[in-house]
Formats: sequence, C-alpha cells, structure tokens
Amino acid sequence: MSGGGFSRRTALAGGLAGAGLLAFGRAQDVLAVPRRGGSIRVATQSSSTADTLDPAKASVSTDYVRIGMVYEGLTTPDANLRPVPALAESLESRDRQTWIVKLRRGVTFHDGGDFTADDVVFSLLRHKDPATASKLAGIAAEFASVRASGRHEVTIRLAAPNADLPAILSQPQFAIVRKGDIHPRGNGTGPFRVRHFQPGVRTVGERFADYWMPGRPYLDRIELIAIPDEVSRVNALLAGDCQMINAVNPRSIRRIEASGSHRVMATPSGLYTDLIMRADAAPTGNPHFVEAIKHLIDRPLVKRALFRGHATIGNDQPIPPFHPYYNPNIPQTTLDLDRARWHIAKAGLKGVRVPLYCSPAAEGSVDMASIIQEFGAQAGLELAVNRVPADGYWSTHWMRHPMTFGNVNPRPTADLLFSQFYKSNGDWNETGWKNERFDRLLADARSQPDEALRKEIYGEMQRIVHDKAGTAIPVFISLIDGYDKRIKGLHPIPLGAFMGYRFSQHVWLDA
Amino acid sequence: MAGAFPQFARKAPRGASVILHLVGRRAASALLTLLLVSIVVFTISGLLPGDAAQETLGQSATPAQVAALRHEMGLDRPGPVRYVQWLGGILRADPGQSLVANMPVRDIIAERLPNSLMLAGFTAVIAVPLALAMGIAAAVHRGGKVDRVLSLATLSMVAVPEFLVATLGVLVFSVKLLWLPSIALVSSEASLGDTIRSCALPVMTLTFVVVAQMARMTRAAMIAQLDAGYVEMAELKGVPFGRIVLWHVMPNAIGPIVNAAALSLSYLLGGAIIVETIFNFPGLASLMVNAVTSRDMPLLQSCAMIFCAAYLLLVLIADVVAILSNPRQRA
Repeated sequence: MSGGGFSRRTALAGGLAGAGLLAFGRAQDVLAVPRRGGSIRVATQSSSTADTLDPAKASVSTDYVRIGMVYEGLTTPDANLRPVPALAESLESRDRQTWIVKLRRGVTFHDGGDFTADDVVFSLLRHKDPATASKLAGIAAEFASVRASGRHEVTIRLAAPNADLPAILSQPQFAIVRKGDIHPRGNGTGPFRVRHFQPGVRTVGERFADYWMPGRPYLDRIELIAIPDEVSRVNALLAGDCQMINAVNPRSIRRIEASGSHRVMATPSGLYTDLIMRADAAPTGNPHFVEAIKHLIDRPLVKRALFRGHATIGNDQPIPPFHPYYNPNIPQTTLDLDRARWHIAKAGLKGVRVPLYCSPAAEGSVDMASIIQEFGAQAGLELAVNRVPADGYWSTHWMRHPMTFGNVNPRPTADLLFSQFYKSNGDWNETGWKNERFDRLLADARSQPDEALRKEIYGEMQRIVHDKAGTAIPVFISLIDGYDKRIKGLHPIPLGAFMGYRFSQHVWLDA
Repeated sequence: MAGAFPQFARKAPRGASVILHLVGRRAASALLTLLLVSIVVFTISGLLPGDAAQETLGQSATPAQVAALRHEMGLDRPGPVRYVQWLGGILRADPGQSLVANMPVRDIIAERLPNSLMLAGFTAVIAVPLALAMGIAAAVHRGGKVDRVLSLATLSMVAVPEFLVATLGVLVFSVKLLWLPSIALVSSEASLGDTIRSCALPVMTLTFVVVAQMARMTRAAMIAQLDAGYVEMAELKGVPFGRIVLWHVMPNAIGPIVNAAALSLSYLLGGAIIVETIFNFPGLASLMVNAVTSRDMPLLQSCAMIFCAAYLLLVLIADVVAILSNPRQRA
C-alpha cells in the first residue's frame, strides 16, 4: 500500500495484487481544478417499479447509477478495466484461493455507523441466501467462507483459486451494505445519501458530508430519473431539464452536438449482440453451417448502417480489442460469399429454409438478421427471419430455437464472460457447446499467477471460441452519453455508460 | 324549476327514487363487472410468456434462481389459489403486496393516482368548457364560416396522433423557446407553479385529443335541438337567442353531450399512456404497463380495477345527468 496521507492519487492508486499502479483520471482532469457545489439531474433509459436500493438485485442501468451513488464496493474498475481499491485498502493472496482483504479505516455509513469487517462479511454472504434473489448468486457460490479476521480485515476463502477476485468484487451487486440490512434501503458508505426514493419515478441523492474521500463528492445533489423514450430523453437534455443522459441513439448525435452547449461521450464497450447457433440442434450444430453464417456477415456494414460508426468490429469471440487480454493474432472473419457457398454446399443445406429469431430486446438484432438474410440469399441459404416482441423474449425465445440472438453486457473480467457464456456447464452457455480443452484452459487461467501466461491462455481461448463456437459476434456496440458541457471530469470506462455508472463522485459542475 | 308547480312537486320524489334505484342497480352490476374483469385480466396475463420471477431476474436468470424467487413470491402455487387469495385480500380492502417492488400495492398506487387525477382534472377543466364553447359556436353558426373553421379544426385534431402533437409541442415550447419543461417533473417538493408548468404540455396534448370528440358531439346534439319546434316558438315569443341556447336547448342536448364527455374523460386516466411516456409523467397508465411487462399480478389487477371502476363511474354519472336533465327518462 502506498504511503500515508490522503492525496487524491495515493488514496486511489494503492497496490492490489495482480493489478499495477494506475493513475486514475486522464491528465486534463487532474489539471483542471474541480469546483464544489451544484445540482444536476441525470436521466437513464429505463426505470420501473422494480427499481431497487438493494445492490444484490441491481439489474439495469438506473439501478447501477443509483447503487454507485449510494454504496461502494471493495474495489472499483478503472479506465483500463483493472480493479483499483475503494473500500478495501488492499487485497492479497499467496495462492489466489485465500484472500486477505484489508479494509479502509475511518469510513462511516450514512447512518453514522462505522464501516467494519462485519459489514463486509454480511454483504458478501447474503448473496448465498436464495431469499436475497441476488443477481450474482452463482458467483457468490464460489465464496467457500467469508469471515472477519480483525475489525478491519476480512478473509475470503474461495472454493477454487481465482486471480480475478479483485475484479469480481468491483461489480455493483457486491457493494457493501450495513450489517443486518436484509432489505437494504440506502444505508451505504457512498458519496451520496438517499433523500427520496420512489421506484419507477426518481431518486434524489444529497451530498454525504462525511464521505471518506476528502473534498468529494463535488456536487451537492443528484436527481436520478429515467426517460425511456429516446427522443424525449434527448429533448429533455437539449431543453435543459436534465444535464446527463445515456443510451443516445447514434442518429441523435448530430442534434446534440449542434446545440453548442451539449456534448456526447462515446464509450467503446464490450457490449455485443450475438447470433447464437445451437450446437445441439440441426442444422446449426453442423460446423459448416456455423462457418457459412460467420462469413455471411458484412461487419463494416453493420457498424456503419446500424451504429453510424459507433461500434468496434468483432471477430466472433467476446473479448473486445481494447481489453488487456485481447488476442490480436486471430485472423479477422470477413464477408466472403464464395466461402460461405462452399460451406453451405458441404453442409448440404442449399435451398433449405432455416428459421432465425430476432427481437428488439437484443439491440440491433432485427437489422442484423435482415443483413444476414440478404447475404444468405446470395449464397443460396434461405433464412426465415422471425421478428418477435421484446416482452418475454429472454424467457421464451433466447437460446430456445436453433438460431436466436443474444445480448451480452460488458463483464468486468474475461473469466466471467467465458465461464458464464462459454463454459460447458455455464449458466448461459448460449450455444450449448462443449469443449474440454476450453474448460481446462479456463480453470488454468484462474489459478495462473503469471500475468503474461494468463494473457496467453486467454488468447488461446479466444481462438477456440472464434474457430469452433456457434456464436457470431459482428460488432461491439459503443455506449453514447449526452451531457451538458458544464459538467466536467467525465471520461469513458468501458464497463458502462456514465463512467461505468460511477460518475457521481468524479464529476463537477463548472458554472 | 319543478318546485314552482304542484303537479311537478309530486313527481320529484319519484325521480329521486328512480335515480336511487338506478344507482343501486348500477353499483351491483359494476361489482359483477369488476369481478369478471379481474378474472379476465388474471387469466389473460397468466397466458403471457414468463412470470414475475423470470422477468425480475431477466436475461441472466438461472433455473435455480427462478425457482427460489418463484417460491419467495408464492408463484409456485396454482393460479386459482393465487386468484382466490387476491380476491380475499381485495374484499378486506387490501390489494396485496407488489411482487416486484416489494412494497404494498396501496403505497405505489397512492403515489401515482393523485398524479393521474391531477392530470385528468386539469385537462377536464380546460377541455370540457372549450369543447362546449366550440360545439355551441359551431351549432349556432351552422353552415357559416365559424362552423367550417371549427369543423376543420376538430377534424384535424382527431386525425393528428397525440405523439405528434406532443413531440411538436416539446420541440417548439421546450427545445426552441425554452418556455416549458419537456418532461413532467411532478413531485411532492415541487411548488404549485412548477407543477402547473410541468403539466402544461401534457395537458395541452390531452386537451387536443379529447376536445374534438366532445365538440363534435355537442354540435350534433345542439343542431338536433335547434331545429325543434320549441326553439322556433321561443324565438317567436322574443326570448333572447343566448337564453334560448343556454336555458332551453342545452338541457335537452345535455344527455348525449355528457355521454361523449364521460367517454372522453375516461380516456384521460388509462389512455394517457402515450402522453405519460413522452413527458415521463409518473401516472397510473405507465404503472399498469410496467406491471404488465414485469408480470406483477397484484399491481396489474389493482390498476385494472381502478380504470374499470373509473369508467363505470363516469358512465353512471353521465346517465344520472341525462335523467336529471330530461324528466321523460325518469318514467
């Protein structure tokens, strides 16, 4: 841990096992002098009566922003997707199975209570109780034991070694609540305390004066609302009714920039919409069919026409090019009708009608389906596009037909992506494929202490997915925020909109 | 007016009893209607794909999590059992607990219902007099310039979809002129002035939608009466025209007008969904849509009951007014 004193840099850039020292903001943010005070209104794209103050149940962007205002995790991701300390001062482990977490001292909850190891133990273990209905119950199952080994020290023992624990703990769902809060109602240690909370309507946070980071947060008040309609959201920004919005349609960028007093921030992210071809169904289980489809996608066209350039070309594996573990040596799959024709002939599928399910629930999937259908027709493959409603799509269609579309949000680690979506017994092994070598590599990477070797292992896994798995990932979709240009201190964090939903303690208002 | 003549005085109690009888019968049939509606809503929403547990956990649900949450929400019991339990709750005036928000349905509705009533109230206060004025003016100047202009106006109001009216209103008054907020920021903290400013555009849009129907109905009803013999007689007797319209024609035309008004106003509560969406207005209609998408059965049922009851009540009021205004219907 770097030395005493609470300068902004030392407080944040402490040493974490597995993560190097990293300066937090960009140079310009450090140079500009932040100003205290001011109040902003932030509008996200979704809100409902399911809105929650329980971190374990957080599931949509509005929840993440709310949780990020009110609570904090032990760690937080930085702009390079590496975990840096938040409520933890350090996380250390010799064998990556037993972790000693040293907690920050002098942190108080909004109700005035001291933050101690008991709160951490309670917050982490509640995910294992089915009644909590935690989104991360599957991951929490890997905590073999969590116990307080001191007033400000927690020992976490995992069921198996996992070098990614610091990153896993940075997820909003693992934010720390007060011991005994079975239904948390906003008593966190975060920069803002809850003033009003009406599910489906709004959340008002007011500056928490006893926040542990001196001088933070800069703003006095943040009101969080949701405007589901994109046009209304942009109008509200331009009319000055709110100062920050997310999920801006690429088509609206020109309108926002033309106003002169507003800007957009595009965050390249790991979000993707993938075409899923089930390994256990016909004809999608045929490798020739999968290869043909992968060569029927005009990726630059998808990027240009669907996202107006605000996307990163994908290569049928889930790690985006800006990720530290990205393998740049896998040849890029491109539109190749001749090759697709050859594979279709090999699979004996010329003229066979194959149904394909798409839905507005999976962003961009309806247009992608049309593009693939068009090129498929040119290569002699007849795809029947079924457009189904967004309502109920995930529970009734996704992965339930031979060809459907999925939509995968950025995950904090490569391990989570691979183990949830590609491991043989993963919760959402979308294609239902089984690859022994892949599973073995996944376990190896978890316990591998050497960073360079881990990168190599993840590189090979990307190649296996690219070559063999039945998922076509045309592009990674950038997230676009719009904001009043008086708001300073924003920079993209690839995990989500609004600086990975954690803008509240970083931004200030330059009046 | 009846009290002045003895022969009418005898009839008055009879009229009152007719109305009481009608209200009693209507109340009974309303209860039956509500029961049937609740069964239909429960059955049909049960046919929707997915349940509250799946929708809450979303895309990332694992079968084990779904099963656990289903048990926690009580969704693992058979449908009829859940329905009977809900019905029992309603009979004890307890609409139950929202499955998704983990709050009593009563509290959620208590937050939203006043907003919806306020929006409907403001709109009614503006739209009803406006529609009457337009309808009467058009009827009086039947065939003239005023009539043609008003007919054109009302017909185009019917034809233009409300999302267009709302969006144009926002572009002009909020984004360009910066006069009015583009979204409705209704909250307990806001001052009355702020609330009125917030509601200005939604009320304008809704007025646009409901006024046309009422105005056209008023015009038609008035014209039918203006042609009647008693109007001519009154004119020949030298009764001022304004008095004829308001005192003689209006009571006779009021039945169909109130009927049209009741239908239009019932739209304001449940049908304001587009306006609620565009202006982000925290009302009941969007709450119900929310309840449908999250499969939150108790909340959905309560919203359906409120809309249904409001509709029945408005129609009942329209009938009572029609009877009161027209002694012939009391028989």
